[in-house]
Amino acid sequence: MATFFQHMTNALSVGSLYALMAIGYTMVYGVLRLINFAHGEIFMIAMYMVFYGLAIFFLPWYVSFTLAIVITALLGVAAERLAYRPLRDAPRISILISAIAVSYFLQNLATVLFGGRPLTFPQVPLFTQIMTLGSVRIPRLSILVPLITLVLLALLMLLLKRTKTGMAMRAVARDYDAARLMGIDLNFTIATTFFIGSALAGVGAIMWGMKYPQINPTVGSMPGIKCFIAAVLGGIGNTAGAVLGGVVLGIVEIMLVALWPSLSGYRDAFAFILLIVVLLVKPTGLLGEKTTEKV
Amino acid sequence: MKLEIRDLRVSYGGIQALKGVSFTVNEGSIVTLIGANGAGKSTTLRAVSGLQKADGGSITLDGQSIMGLPTKEIVRRGIVMVPEGRRVFPDMTVRENLLIGAFIRSDRAEVEKDLRHVFELFPRLSERTWQMAGTLSGGEQQMLAVGRALMAKPKLLMMDEPSLGLAPLIVRGIFDIIKRVNADGITVLLIEQNANAALRVAGYGYVLETGSIVLEGSGAALMADPRVQEAYLGKHKEKPQNAHDDYTAVAATAGRLTD
Repeated sequence: MATFFQHMTNALSVGSLYALMAIGYTMVYGVLRLINFAHGEIFMIAMYMVFYGLAIFFLPWYVSFTLAIVITALLGVAAERLAYRPLRDAPRISILISAIAVSYFLQNLATVLFGGRPLTFPQVPLFTQIMTLGSVRIPRLSILVPLITLVLLALLMLLLKRTKTGMAMRAVARDYDAARLMGIDLNFTIATTFFIGSALAGVGAIMWGMKYPQINPTVGSMPGIKCFIAAVLGGIGNTAGAVLGGVVLGIVEIMLVALWPSLSGYRDAFAFILLIVVLLVKPTGLLGEKTTEKV
Repeated sequence: MKLEIRDLRVSYGGIQALKGVSFTVNEGSIVTLIGANGAGKSTTLRAVSGLQKADGGSITLDGQSIMGLPTKEIVRRGIVMVPEGRRVFPDMTVRENLLIGAFIRSDRAEVEKDLRHVFELFPRLSERTWQMAGTLSGGEQQMLAVGRALMAKPKLLMMDEPSLGLAPLIVRGIFDIIKRVNADGITVLLIEQNANAALRVAGYGYVLETGSIVLEGSGAALMADPRVQEAYLGKHKEKPQNAHDDYTAVAATAGRLTD
């Protein structure tokens, strides 16, 4: 029972991390119909920012975390402004290729700026201490990650449902021209979407770094693909779906390894198998929008 | 609020959709632009609202040029459009659709008041406040689209084919609302293929054919004009009753094919 509880908290925290990043994919897909392949690299840059803040400039953790999140968010906005906005009216494939280019550009930029040698993500004792709950010993992080994710999700939902900016984001995701006719600024709204999505990736990256403390220029690739899977699993374009997809993926991965330790090497392969199965059974994902359009 | 369009030219992908269109919408009037499918009616409205870039000519509002301004600025100046096909936000509730219509406004109390006004105009909507707009019938969606536009407090309301695909009874209701809105002091520019209904409510009308204005006059004068009667009102034996019926017949066939 104790082991199950331990695995479950671990699964939930991994799932929450996937969820945070999957939201970024799904929100950007919502407004641009674009799979932002650079999302994983935005995540990677956030980890380096925290490393520099904590290990090089010796800033307090809250300052370096905040800075890292803000810089990451602005980087996402910059990528949209420079690489995606000029291609908004171009064929879909152009903007997709541009996203792949941004991804490789950031990986190589990181290699040049930070070097290819893996670095160790600095530990913040407040988050990484081990707690003992009865007979269960878990890192405080495993409890904090799902909690932080939950709070951020609640805030995001409030933003989307209750604020003008959130309404504008939903309107833009549905219909550009109709949104513009409401007086909504398309560019500003899309930039805001990138800001929020990238900031969430930044939060995810920080917690990821404390859980898996190794940084290198390609560290964002696998989480990037996993979270893309999570977003598709839940139904791309659907925020709640992204969260569900992330949590399901986290639970499946961790429980698989927990129940059949000999299969642990296939953890990533199972994520892809899960994706294929879900797509075959329900092509629009678990909570996907119906693709039939009324004419 | 006087809208003047002079020599407006628009082209997409090398095809000239508007070849120098000029017309005037005087304050407080209902003006209609009629014409067949592809005559350039929607293009005209899209150019006025800033959704479509014009190649040349001028669009002025009370003497001030609004050409080239972004759509949000044009909306702020009081020109609000009800787009063709209604284009309500299907995954938002009726209430949210109306509130987003008031996106440019920040006077919350006034917005609430106008919300009640819209519900008065369209009691059907007030029964469905929390329903997703996508689940409404076509007529209700059209009411919602008009209500949403009214929430922006327009001075000039532009309507693109409000009768398209709606049952005759609903169409009559929509045109009644147009008259009522106009009586409240809102200038209306109406685009229609249903020339009969449009000319009945409009004080003045223009006939658009392949990108040019070919005829203009008061609504009554146009209705009496033999050329209009033949081409748009179906007073000629061999022609279908009017272009709009023709369109719905095609749409019905298409619907049957996809069913």
